[in-house]
Amino acid sequence: MNLNHIIRAVGLAALVALPFAAPPYILHLVIQILIWAFIYTAWSLMGRFGFVSFGHGAFLGVGAYVPALLWNYYGVTPWIGIPLSVMAAAALAIVVGYPCFRRRVLGHYFALVTLALSQVVLLSLVAARDITGGSLGFTPKAVGHSWYALQFPEKGYFYVIAVVLWLAGLLVWRMIDRGIGREALEAISEDEDAASSIGIDVMRQKMRVTIISAALTAVGGAIYGQYVMYLNPETVSGIAVSLQIVFAAIAGGVYSLLGPSVGSLLTLSLTEGLRVWFGTDYIGAANTIYGILLVLCIIFMPQGIVGSLQGMRRRSTIAKPLVTANRQSATREPSSAAP
Amino acid sequence: MDIYLLEAIINGVLLGGVLALLALGLNLIFGVIDVVWICYADIVMCGMYAIFFLYAQYHLPLPLAFLIAIIGVAGLGVLVHLLIIAPVLNSAPINQLLATGGLLFFLQSFATLLFGTDFRNIGVRLPVLEIATMYVSFARLIAFAVALIGAIALYVFLKRTYIGTAIRAIAQDREIVGLMGVDQRRVYLVVSAIGGALAGLAACLLALQYDVHPYIGNTFGPVIFMICVLGGLGNMIGGFIAAFVISQIIAIGGYYSSTELSYVFAFTFFIVLMFIRPRGLFAP
Amino acid sequence: MTPILSLGSVCAGYGSFQALFGVSLDVGRGEAVGVIGPNGAGKTTLMRVISGILPMQQGEMRIDGQDITGLPAHRVVERGIAHVPENRRLFPRLSVEENLRIGAFIPSARARFAEQLERVYQLFPRLKERRGQPAGTMSGGEQQMCAIARALMSRPKVLLMDEPSAGLAPLVVQQVFELVHRIRAEGLTVLIVEQNVQQVLDVVDRAYLLEVGAIKLSGTAAELRGNSFIREAYMGL
Repeated sequence: MNLNHIIRAVGLAALVALPFAAPPYILHLVIQILIWAFIYTAWSLMGRFGFVSFGHGAFLGVGAYVPALLWNYYGVTPWIGIPLSVMAAAALAIVVGYPCFRRRVLGHYFALVTLALSQVVLLSLVAARDITGGSLGFTPKAVGHSWYALQFPEKGYFYVIAVVLWLAGLLVWRMIDRGIGREALEAISEDEDAASSIGIDVMRQKMRVTIISAALTAVGGAIYGQYVMYLNPETVSGIAVSLQIVFAAIAGGVYSLLGPSVGSLLTLSLTEGLRVWFGTDYIGAANTIYGILLVLCIIFMPQGIVGSLQGMRRRSTIAKPLVTANRQSATREPSSAAP
Repeated sequence: MDIYLLEAIINGVLLGGVLALLALGLNLIFGVIDVVWICYADIVMCGMYAIFFLYAQYHLPLPLAFLIAIIGVAGLGVLVHLLIIAPVLNSAPINQLLATGGLLFFLQSFATLLFGTDFRNIGVRLPVLEIATMYVSFARLIAFAVALIGAIALYVFLKRTYIGTAIRAIAQDREIVGLMGVDQRRVYLVVSAIGGALAGLAACLLALQYDVHPYIGNTFGPVIFMICVLGGLGNMIGGFIAAFVISQIIAIGGYYSSTELSYVFAFTFFIVLMFIRPRGLFAP
Repeated sequence: MTPILSLGSVCAGYGSFQALFGVSLDVGRGEAVGVIGPNGAGKTTLMRVISGILPMQQGEMRIDGQDITGLPAHRVVERGIAHVPENRRLFPRLSVEENLRIGAFIPSARARFAEQLERVYQLFPRLKERRGQPAGTMSGGEQQMCAIARALMSRPKVLLMDEPSAGLAPLVVQQVFELVHRIRAEGLTVLIVEQNVQQVLDVVDRAYLLEVGAIKLSGTAAELRGNSFIREAYMGL
């Protein structure tokens, strides 16, 4: 385990030194990597237990727009705006999650219902274009350096915020991982009926993790908005960003603490790298390659990158599925292969 | 009744035709192979681009362009199955969703790379008919008629032919169709081809009415999923009916408020309905 | 005379779990042969290997002397083996006639579909009455008839029947076995796997005893009926 300690020490040192040593462009990238890592980690709280949501764009969008709208129209500080958006996201999670879980909407159905949810938010944002600016986007009023407005033109400040956020997300992940809830949730994802028959309050557990996941995602959206200072419905809500979240989290590996973060690092570096390489000559080339890599990753590396590496290290013979398939799929079960 | 409302209702029915066609394709694939092609709308997009280039750039006659597009997209369907679906057929359903999701990314970006983000129109101007002081787009009327014919053709195919019966049988019991001499893998390819052909047909009908751009799939893709789930995933008749229910909500909602808001109504309606009947209105 | 179906030293299993250990058996043209044995002996595995659903790990299989080892299920049907699966496995939402139509999927059967359908309806008049009814709504006995009829639609040389009496009331089981008599009278070769030893020994010429994946005994029906081990263990006498 010594290698692990060395890696962690080096990582920590890099983390501390970065704002002083790195050029603004790199810092800018790292901040985004950290914020998205936080968001992906939030998603994986649900994802690792087989509750694969294709609708986290809904929570992201709510989290991003609510504080920004309150700020621009009513001068409400994000310090109040963000908790409000968290409550809104949580409310959304309850309103959609509760009936979903009560009525056993699972598997494909769950994925598609959550997808519809992210579309609802996106379409609502676009429809309310008088307030939100619709597809043209929304710019929070800039007031320069201000704690009250949670705006900092100097990247260093946001770097610290991003790091704190990211670490907080990891902490929550670890708490859930270590807590009794984790075993209960794993039991639930294996077999809900069996779980409830041994006294697990299925509904409560599922709601709890869903609300936490939604709330954290909303915070991530809010901080992202405060950093980038420009919101667009397509970027923070809808099917595309929801898919992106799922991909990055799974590509990195949902079963491990740092998996989603690795996913963020990889996907963002990849997109940036490709964008730099291709430049403006071939718009879309970067994402094309990204798409190909995603498909290849799903087909050949179902455990995600971190999972695969860990598997190689431990030489585990138990193959874990990409995400624990929530066994009581509302669809018929995949049948055995015919010759 | 207000004549404009009636006009909206009629247009809603016409819109429902194409949506129903796509719902049939998606339900067929899901019912038989048990996978949802998240990228189905983007397959349609490919078809639309094909038509644009064949007709507007290379000046092939329109019917020929349509035919080539349908066959081409059917082939694309087979490719999707062979390259993307077959490798993950026995993994968790999530993997299949993600694999087709990756394909969605790929198709949209590749289209951006090849064609740029401009909106392209094939430039076919079909007249707007006036029927009893209501305005009905001729293109939409044709689209509806063709979609209906396509649906009927599909029905006859599934009911009357051997391979069609085999397709229905596989959806009910995958394992033992081999005992009757049915090659499961070949049926999957046929189904993928049909799904692709339906998407190609829809592309033809949509090309008459709308501009194509790489992200057009995002506009009607989620609606199609919603329709399929509402009708019961895999239930072809249910999806067919649900298509018209949703298109009516969109049309009537659009009459009373903005188009976008009408979509919000539709999606909200869908979400609410999922709680009342999680398996869809007409679950099998 | 070459047997119409022969298995040589077949080994088969599921992953690391082996279910059949070197099973060899023969079925002569026009014969009715039974395979009896307790639950878990591997009888159903044997059926699946013969019909091609389950690939064998070792061994060979011949029909009419021709090697068909390793053929996938849909090709095995073309060679003349029809399998009536355990628990019927009809297509529940297809009508009776549609189930029969699927049974005639292979090209050689399709060409003679109408003719074969008539023959089958003569053998099973009850099915003709219910031809339009969804197969899943019929009683257990009727479903069994339909499953057998569906297998016959492919005009097979050999009919495999996997536990035809499973889940059926005794009176219905009687009817099913009477059917087997009638099918035999048409000249069909039959291989039946059964737990109900009494009934099956009444209808077959020869039988094999399969226990824990291997053939323990074989002989004519009369021999096995008289065998004290079988009488005690399987017939409760």
